[in-house]
Amino acid sequence: MRRLRERAIETVLFLAAASSVLVTIGIVGILVVESIPFFEHVTFKEFLTDTQWTPLFENAHYGILPLLSGTLLSTVIALSVAIPLGTVAAAFLSEYVRPSWREFLKPMLELLAAVPTVVYGYFALLFVTPLLQKIIPSLSGFNVLSAGIVIGVMIVPYVSSLSEDAMRSVPNHLREASFAVGASRMQTAFRVVIPAAFSGITSAYVLGISRALGETMVVAIAAGMQPNLTINPTEPAATITAFIVQVSLGDLPHGSIGYQSIYVAGLSLLVLTLCFNIVGLWLRKKFQEKE
Amino acid sequence: MEAHQDLLANIKRRQMWDFVFALMGLLALLFALVTLLALIVDLAITGVPRINAEFFVNFPSRFAEKAGILSAWVGSFCIMITTAFCAIPLGVAAGVYLEEYSKKNWISQLIELNIINLAGIPSITYGLMALGLFVYKLKLGQSILTAGLTLGLLVLPIIIVTTREAIRAIPNTIREASYAMGASKWQTVRYHILPYSSGGILTGVIISLSRAIGETAPLITIGALTFIAFLPTPPVDGQFPYLNFKWLMDPFTVMPIQMFNWLSRPQPEFHVNAAATGVVLLLMTLIMNGGAIYLRSRFRKKMKW
Repeated sequence: MRRLRERAIETVLFLAAASSVLVTIGIVGILVVESIPFFEHVTFKEFLTDTQWTPLFENAHYGILPLLSGTLLSTVIALSVAIPLGTVAAAFLSEYVRPSWREFLKPMLELLAAVPTVVYGYFALLFVTPLLQKIIPSLSGFNVLSAGIVIGVMIVPYVSSLSEDAMRSVPNHLREASFAVGASRMQTAFRVVIPAAFSGITSAYVLGISRALGETMVVAIAAGMQPNLTINPTEPAATITAFIVQVSLGDLPHGSIGYQSIYVAGLSLLVLTLCFNIVGLWLRKKFQEKE
Repeated sequence: MEAHQDLLANIKRRQMWDFVFALMGLLALLFALVTLLALIVDLAITGVPRINAEFFVNFPSRFAEKAGILSAWVGSFCIMITTAFCAIPLGVAAGVYLEEYSKKNWISQLIELNIINLAGIPSITYGLMALGLFVYKLKLGQSILTAGLTLGLLVLPIIIVTTREAIRAIPNTIREASYAMGASKWQTVRYHILPYSSGGILTGVIISLSRAIGETAPLITIGALTFIAFLPTPPVDGQFPYLNFKWLMDPFTVMPIQMFNWLSRPQPEFHVNAAATGVVLLLMTLIMNGGAIYLRSRFRKKMKW
């Protein structure tokens, strides 16, 4: 009797754990299934090469490129803020700051990740953009630049926390060996600790990239929701995520081409995220072999 | 003598660079924290004067001065409860299984890899999944239940990971002592593992709920309405059995969506309302996260095995 109960409980707990796999299967499955009808209307070639994305207009075009350029542009801006800031902050926290201060500073930094993204959108639209307009007068009221910068600050804790964990788990005898041959703290950080923690730092970057690619509200609020094939960050543009929000805000009949188009957009986003994750995995593998 | 001079110059130079780097690190940290401070102050200056009692008991309105967040905060509250009911049992059970029961085989490895990867999946794709699955396939509609389930799945990895961390901190001697007294595995989990890890689990629950309360994109995707001037059906009524769950199937709006709606209007008066909603949201998330940080440090100090 008791053994039966134990078995039953174990099965229930296993099902709970397995449900997390079902979530992934559900997401991928639904995105694929709902996207398939889209490609009955639109050829794959048109999807990848057309330079306009206007699925809800009379004269509809279905080229993903403008959304892709918007997504990549905002991600690149965000990363050029988050990676230097996050890495330097992580090295500083791990190698320079005494533990009692670190215990205080790290949670403070992590609060940045706790702020709701819609609040960051407010900040980008009504604080950062007016500020930047004083420096760049031609800056449009909606622009990718301020959205990208704000996303960058938002993902600093994702980059710095994981990087710092990785750096701190580097064994101390490596540092001591480096100090013993006369290296300064900075040389130790750059030539010993960071290379040794490379694998963990790469994971941190990949998580940061995933967050930046999938960030929605900041770009939907501050970047203007206009699909625009451009690499000029001072202009408005739409990301894949912003397009999904824009369409979802309207009335969307199930099965219409608009409905299918948000699934295609979502699937593209997922594939894009997956690509960066694979690159990260490959980088980690490659580096680990060298050790 | 010259070599000595060179060495001294070299050391000087390296000390200088060391100092410069420390300064850069400090600046990077300060930049991030000052940005956070600027965000809070900017929001507070615009939003706090707008907050009064009426702001919490009024429905949204065409007139900015009369508009309030009643339907939004009630919606947020209902969805939080649904999310908690969905995610906590599932997440804790999964965490317990992975730490205490799972054997090293391909299934448990798949589950673990999957949980790591779920953190990188964009939140909006959860919304798309919910729209296709919950709203249309399962016919749950654009309801509080759908929203709660969606956010529950979204925060599930956070709860699983923190549960596992909390359980991993319990030394094996506790388990062995329990088995030595003749306890079964489940009895060990039920009377020792879960109570001792409850502090850590609570931290994870608070953090995941604070994440859920600020999530906007997946809820917009499942079709949350942006203008709601009524409340969900009250859960208590005069007829037997006095409790009902009709509110689960009601349409909803939440605070972040209300804020987004006001923010996307051109009139500055509505931006003031958005700022006020932002202050309420920010205050709630900061209090929840502060509480979680405090709990974590307290439990870490108290637990001496």
